[in-house]
Amino acid sequence: MNFDLSDEQKMLAEQARGLIAERSPYDHLRGLIDAGAEWDESLWRELGEMGFLGAAIPETHGGLGMSALDQGVIAQELGRANAAIPFFSSIILCADAIQLAGSDAQKAEWLPKLASGEVIGTLAYAEGPGPSFATGVTFDGSKISGAKMPVADAGIAHIAIVLVAGGGFVLVKLDQPTVKRTKLDSFDQLRAHYRIDFNGAEAEALPGAAKLSALIDRAAVQAAFEATGAADACLEMARNYALDRQMFGRPLASFQAIKHKLADLAVEVELARSNAYFGAWAADESPDDLPAAASAARLTALKAFETGARENLQVHGGIGYTQEANCHFYYRRERTLALALGGRDYWADRLIAAQPGSQGKAA
Amino acid sequence: MDFNDTPEEAAFRTEVRAWLAANAPAHVIPQGVTLDDAEEVERGKAWQRAVYDGGYAGITFPKALGGRGGTVIEAVVFAEEEAHYHLPKGPYIGIGLGMAIAAIAKHGTDEQRAQFIEPTLKGELTWCQLFSEPSAGSDLANLRTKAVQDGDAWIVNGQKVWSSWAHRSDWGILVVRTDPSVPKHKGLTFFVVDMKSPGIEIRPIRQISGASDFNETFLTDVRIPDSCRIGGVGEGWGVCMTVLMGERLGSGSHKAQVSPLIDYAASTPGMNGGTALDSGSTKLALASALAEEQGARYLEARLRTMVSRGENPGALAGMIKMTYASRLQKTSALAMELRGMDAIAPASGDTQTREIQGDYIWSTVMRIAGGADEVLKNQIAERVLGMPGEIRMDKNIPFDQLKG
Ligand SMILES: Cc1cc2nc3c(=O)[nH]c(=O)nc-3n(C[C@H](O)[C@H](O)[C@H](O)COP(=O)(O)OP(=O)(O)OC[C@H]3O[C@@H](n4cnc5c(N)ncnc54)[C@H](O)[C@@H]3O)c2cc1C
Repeated sequence: MNFDLSDEQKMLAEQARGLIAERSPYDHLRGLIDAGAEWDESLWRELGEMGFLGAAIPETHGGLGMSALDQGVIAQELGRANAAIPFFSSIILCADAIQLAGSDAQKAEWLPKLASGEVIGTLAYAEGPGPSFATGVTFDGSKISGAKMPVADAGIAHIAIVLVAGGGFVLVKLDQPTVKRTKLDSFDQLRAHYRIDFNGAEAEALPGAAKLSALIDRAAVQAAFEATGAADACLEMARNYALDRQMFGRPLASFQAIKHKLADLAVEVELARSNAYFGAWAADESPDDLPAAASAARLTALKAFETGARENLQVHGGIGYTQEANCHFYYRRERTLALALGGRDYWADRLIAAQPGSQGKAA
Repeated sequence: MDFNDTPEEAAFRTEVRAWLAANAPAHVIPQGVTLDDAEEVERGKAWQRAVYDGGYAGITFPKALGGRGGTVIEAVVFAEEEAHYHLPKGPYIGIGLGMAIAAIAKHGTDEQRAQFIEPTLKGELTWCQLFSEPSAGSDLANLRTKAVQDGDAWIVNGQKVWSSWAHRSDWGILVVRTDPSVPKHKGLTFFVVDMKSPGIEIRPIRQISGASDFNETFLTDVRIPDSCRIGGVGEGWGVCMTVLMGERLGSGSHKAQVSPLIDYAASTPGMNGGTALDSGSTKLALASALAEEQGARYLEARLRTMVSRGENPGALAGMIKMTYASRLQKTSALAMELRGMDAIAPASGDTQTREIQGDYIWSTVMRIAGGADEVLKNQIAERVLGMPGEIRMDKNIPFDQLKG
């Protein structure tokens, strides 16, 4: 058994971590928020040039043809730094949807541009309050009508894959007059969200038979890496602060309430990481295991990030409530990750349904 | 990343499987059968003898000591394969193999190695662990049982407690205080003691499970020859550490416990028709536990990878036991609740509900023995996260000047 990252993957992680830490430190994130910036364009361009964006896109379509685990390694580092780029929308969701369900022509047209970062895509699925995977938008074979909201990164996106009535996907170019994008006030200050109204906009179906659930399972594994990286960052930040902060004549880190809190978080992070590894392995090698693996990865990663985001701020005390401190990036981002891709109930149902002997069977 | 054995591991696994298939079935204790404890120990010794004869006893022990001279990963492979059979392998065997001979191999003399290791590997000697005392558990070094030198022997007086299977053991590993005038970790010495020595009195303790596998062990003027001392006088703490490390590494593996509860919920009538598994809160609780259990399984796979590379997972190993114990407690309680009143007093044929009740009782042991939750959390914080050690009131103070 070799259940660990390969040496190449460890190098990839280090390389990504070093670069992102240098280009996207917390002060830089704060600067983006203050400037009202929609995203970190220069980081995006640089990652595109270095091949990180297209890591898991096939070589025939301009990517590097690497595995889901390689991509997870990158997602984990983006999560750790809370980077303000549309990696999740454009690569994990939009490009993967095209790869899973697109026609050869659609793949040839879009994947190379998504891989390089030149084109940005997103996935439009929610339609306001209620379940994330909504199908109120109609498609008549060539045009779509209805509204999707919120849609992440839609302001900078060139194309959107839209979930429509009947459960299929269509591809829509967003620079048409029949598409109206309205910026929403986003709880996550580093990920913009939009309402998109389609008023008979030109659209083409993704003809493949791949199901929404398969796309979402694969994305959930990558989101689990992202959340694990973020939870790990919270753990490290809390630990470092507690070691530094003196009170009652001793470091805060010497109080058992704090030690135990962070030990619990460390356990949650390791369980999440282990599940994410298995999820990526299943995505690459064993699709039958993917529904259960993705659900478990999702549930444990969100738990770890939830604990991490909350307890990191708590360990900081009052300073944690300031924009000057760095806890809030994760405190807000955690809610984005928790709410995107279906809530806990969806994944709990899916994990139970994937058990042999349970009445249901994963869709 | 892969789940495959290396070629050497695969070859070893194939060999072990074949050997177990030929030898284990005759020793299996059928599920649901409870033996009286004398009988269970005899069966345990017989199985250990078979393992020895097969060449699989003491896999990591040098051949010169009667072991196989193999690797840690081979020991893991053997344990994994052996676990497919329900064999008599209680503490009466485990304490000898995992603790006693590990301590003797590392800290003992050649005579002691010759006297104890091979007979234990053959299943001829059973062992108990005489460490804990009424005032010494997590704080083991606070122990008071004392030994005073008398010529070429030591006279031991004091009381041990929670001594599992002491009433069926041939020998005990024992740690006592030989010098109360130095700080507490420094005045300890480690012995092996013949459990038939005059002055040892063993009284069973009734456990909440209804069984009595552990005991109080009173030692009154027990004479232990100096040749039974393991390691130097005053060096007992170091020997204890060797023993406890064996305990931590050994308590990793566990059964898949949550998935049977999903079937259990699906076969229990629900509130509004349907089954108990239709309830959203039940589903969420079971799914969260299952997700955690899967995470623990793959964390174990990561630790196992470290072991196979010759690395020591250290305090990370405690994560597996710690999460298993609380998960077992939470999910067995949840299972009883979803079953309804019936789970308090199930029909006599309902063995699954009884097993769940048993898990709820047993989970308390898992949370305390082999490093209590709070102790493991301290270790994770200190050794994995590099946080400060606990503030101590007893540091550098001679034992006989400590309060309380
Ligand atoms: C079924 C069973 C079998 C056993 N078999 C044996 C055996 O064969 N031989 C043997 O020697 N012993 C045996 N033990 C004893 C076992 O090792 C001890 O129970 C264990 O070390 C805990 O010690 P204690 O019971 O004195 O609890 P204590 O140490 O008094 O602990 C009480 C509580 O305090 C907490 N605590 C302890 N230290 C700290 C700290 N620093 N910070 C915060 N909280 C803390 C603990 O986590 C626990 O919750 C057995 C125990 C059980 C339950």
